[in-house]
Amino acid sequence: MVPTPLAGPWSLDIVTSDAALRKLLHGLPGVDQVGAEARAAALATRSIKREAKMWALEMAIAMIDLTTLEGSDTPGKVAAMCAKARRPDPADPEVPPVAAVCVYPDLVGAAIGHLAGSPVAVASVATAFPSGRASMKVKLADVRDALDAGAQEIDMVIDRGAFLSGRYGQVYEEVRAVREAAGSALLKVILETGELATYDNVQRAAWLAMLAGADFVKTSTGKVAPASTRPVAVVLLAAARDFLHASGRRVGVKVAGGIRTAKEAIAYLVIARETAGEDWLSPTALRIGASTLLNDLLMQRAKQLTGVYSGRDHFSID
Amino acid sequence: MTDVEARTEGAAGPVFAYAPAPESRDIVHLDAEYGLFIGGEFRPAATGRTFTTVDPATEEPLASVAEAGGGDVDRAVAAARAAYEGGWGKMRGRERAKYLFRIARIIQERARELAVLESLDNGKPIRESRDVDVPLAAAHFFYYAGWADKLEYAGFGPSPRPLGVAGQVIPWNFPLLMAAWKLAPALAAGNTCVLKPAETTPLSALFLAQICQEADLPPGAVNVVTGAGATGAAVVAHPGVDKVAFTGSTEVGKEIRRTVAGSRKRLTLELGGKAANVVFEDAPIDQAIEGIVNGIFFNQGHVCCAGSRLLVHEPVAELVVDRLRQRLATLRLGDPLDKNTDIGAVNSAEQLAKIRRLADAGSEEGAERWSPRCTLPERGFWFPPTVFTGVSQSHRIAREEIFGPVLSVLTFRTPAEAVAKANNTPYGLSAGVWTEKGSLILWMAQHLEAGVVWANTYNRFDPASPFGGYQESGFGREGGRHGLEAYLDV
Amino acid sequence: MSEPTGRAEVRRTCKLFVGGAFPRSESGRSYVVSAADGTPLANAALASRKDARDAVVAARGALFGWAGATAYNRGQVLYRVAEMLEGRRAQLAAEVGLAEGLRPAAARRAVDASVDRLVWYAGWADKVAQVLGASNPVAGPYFNFSVPEPTGVVVVLAPQKSSLLGLVSVLAPVVVTGNTAVVVASEDRPVPAVSFAEALATGDVPAGVVNVLTGRTAELAPVLAGHMDVDGIDITGAPYRAREELERLAAANLKRVLALDDVPETQPTLRRTRAFVEIKTVWHPVGT
Repeated sequence: MVPTPLAGPWSLDIVTSDAALRKLLHGLPGVDQVGAEARAAALATRSIKREAKMWALEMAIAMIDLTTLEGSDTPGKVAAMCAKARRPDPADPEVPPVAAVCVYPDLVGAAIGHLAGSPVAVASVATAFPSGRASMKVKLADVRDALDAGAQEIDMVIDRGAFLSGRYGQVYEEVRAVREAAGSALLKVILETGELATYDNVQRAAWLAMLAGADFVKTSTGKVAPASTRPVAVVLLAAARDFLHASGRRVGVKVAGGIRTAKEAIAYLVIARETAGEDWLSPTALRIGASTLLNDLLMQRAKQLTGVYSGRDHFSID
Repeated sequence: MTDVEARTEGAAGPVFAYAPAPESRDIVHLDAEYGLFIGGEFRPAATGRTFTTVDPATEEPLASVAEAGGGDVDRAVAAARAAYEGGWGKMRGRERAKYLFRIARIIQERARELAVLESLDNGKPIRESRDVDVPLAAAHFFYYAGWADKLEYAGFGPSPRPLGVAGQVIPWNFPLLMAAWKLAPALAAGNTCVLKPAETTPLSALFLAQICQEADLPPGAVNVVTGAGATGAAVVAHPGVDKVAFTGSTEVGKEIRRTVAGSRKRLTLELGGKAANVVFEDAPIDQAIEGIVNGIFFNQGHVCCAGSRLLVHEPVAELVVDRLRQRLATLRLGDPLDKNTDIGAVNSAEQLAKIRRLADAGSEEGAERWSPRCTLPERGFWFPPTVFTGVSQSHRIAREEIFGPVLSVLTFRTPAEAVAKANNTPYGLSAGVWTEKGSLILWMAQHLEAGVVWANTYNRFDPASPFGGYQESGFGREGGRHGLEAYLDV
Repeated sequence: MSEPTGRAEVRRTCKLFVGGAFPRSESGRSYVVSAADGTPLANAALASRKDARDAVVAARGALFGWAGATAYNRGQVLYRVAEMLEGRRAQLAAEVGLAEGLRPAAARRAVDASVDRLVWYAGWADKVAQVLGASNPVAGPYFNFSVPEPTGVVVVLAPQKSSLLGLVSVLAPVVVTGNTAVVVASEDRPVPAVSFAEALATGDVPAGVVNVLTGRTAELAPVLAGHMDVDGIDITGAPYRAREELERLAAANLKRVLALDDVPETQPTLRRTRAFVEIKTVWHPVGT
């Protein structure tokens, strides 16, 4: 078992002082950077062909949180994205819908209407996305705002400043508070791994979020480079696997930011399969936050079906 | 096992089973017959004798290869001597360097052919021949090419001289890479070579001979005599050979040591091992698991420096073994040419029999044997990744080199006990240490009797890094500045 | 050798030096040692197979501590041996002169050279690793370095002719790096080696680091060459015809064998040191 003070089933009744959390998080096995990156690189050499590729392309589509998080977003832009989310390839009804659309809180309302009756969920970023630099009061108001507008999923950000200065208790309490506020909504906790700098920190932040009740741990806002990387995914999926062993609760992983090609998406599926296991090969346990990726998946899928390389103008730009 | 474990263990299940992704066999052209490479030309053995090399994954014959007899070895040594006294021996270092650079470049250019050929003849996964063997072979020639005109800076005095004709006998586990390890430093130092590849894997050395031709290497600088043990013995014993370099078993190494006794031949030996891979409780566990897997299952465990003894700190023994089992369930055994294959074929029927014999001894001696569920192909030579737990120091599987994908797990309580157990073997080639405590790493590195210590990593190789053993793992170093010493009169 | 004053001299018993003690041979045997001119000089202990075995045990026992000592410390200890020899120059010169048939001036030169040789090797102690080691620039995110480590227990067959300078010239390069040694002294000229051992015992050399056997090289050498707990052997003092046999015996556990043909046995050289070190290479990832 993982060396952690968690004795029984997952529980919130743990001591949450900075010192106690520090002891727990720093008691996790270390992550060797070179080894983790070598593992990710080795997994990237997997060659996914034919039926396995077809399966992976469709699964990747179904795992997408189709995302727009720009200052220039409008209800019109969101409407177009929702149409794409429901039916990614109008010419082929076999293509599954994506998992969710992901927007800012003020555009949740715009999205809801376009997705009524579809299996596509509406996710909203919250808690002063992307920096998280606001008071707790404001962050919770942000969450409630999104929920009131109908969001079924909340993508919150952690306070990286608090984390990096060792105020683990504060980070924990913030996630817990949002967890409570979110109620039955799916809670994804954005770690912003690019700002955490080390894999040890990524692993610790993931555990902190999982202990505090996250349904998913998510790599990035997409606003910070580097965003999602394959080694970070290896670390997060290993943490999720270990957390399941320790607590009995499965936590999902969302990779987001900079994933633009089908090849990269499939690499994440391979990492999930070989790090955490096949149970993570489902939109309930693995999500991919992306926008342009969807078209590449569709093009690759068309190539698999027809044997002909597809053209970008045959898929809609939304 | 919990339900969770039961579910995740079947990771090779139907949901996302990788479809076959084979590298094309047609990339490399195989001749039906191969001759000996002597004096820059290919020619049949004087006796006309041949042997067949097979694909160990299918047992299909690949080619017929000339079997060199004593007369052929005489001719090869004479060709090497002539080249030493003629073109190659008189050539300036900076000119020699350019030939080695050429060879390195051609290896890179023909890397895909070489990788396929190596996997066909040896049985190793294409992922390894493509990503490890072939690039490292090229890198080795690049590295030593640069030394050819700088020998006086190597730290062996102002005027280092070559030794003459080097007789080099290499094993079947890394056929091309071992040829590079032998030829590159020897040629850089100004020696000429008679190389004897292993009987079961002669093809890549012959391909390398073709590359020497393509590089216009002066005839006789490199000669390749194929054959079995008798051919190798003839090379070693030949009075015209000034230097003998051997990589292979400790048993044969000792025999070679006896053969050259009193002869003034220089000798370097790179022999067997029974390396300990030591995992402390504060290790980076996930990377340690990868290191354990890479340590023993890389190249089907046909590695002299394989981490065949896992020494685990008792507080994490259960965790590590559980993780290891989960990880092994994701290993893919099968067609060596499939790009997703992790474990290829055992190189020969003989080696397979030896692995089986020792693994059976492990079971008989009371160790607990475990392998992940995996289907072995019906034809060819295969052995599943195997882990023995409950092993003690006295078990044969903890003492004898198995040279196969078989890991023995032992436990320890203190650093001193770990060192005592790790060193309790006549071998001393390599060792691994896993801990996040810096001072413990350095303490372990100091006390482990091994020529290579991998700390928080395992089975890394580089032409700049010296490699070789303590005690009965042999003497001399290959790689780096130190590797030159074996081919210089210093 | 009568004394003009009429005082009877106190003659010395020439014993073995094993594990810091001076035992007689367990066999109870001794042999007559003569000067170069044939005059009997002393009875030296005639070491047996079992004495050789005991010497190996002593050397093995001392290895951990000596190899683990700092290089600075080993250098100091060897320099201290030079100090001890310096004070015995007159005695050693007399013994070397008798043993080798040298005129007094030549004998003194040999002793002075021996002392200076020790000083030279003592200074190598904390430099060998810098000269023989390396930092290796591998193509990857790894720190990689190589260091020389002692081979272990090394048998030294001392040169037969040069009784002291030869001995020091083959012994010092072996022990300076942390090896421990079993020395077989010059068979016919062992007296300076016995005095050398006495000097060692008065210095700071830990017991067992150097063990000195006197006796028949042809009897002791095969035993030691075949001994499975000996890691290396310098066969300088063996006759050429014995080499093949000794090298064959050494194959049993792949001892490192040194037979330097192209370097005079009394010449200082790093090659003797290089012959009995093992290059250890350590890899570690570099990351955050």
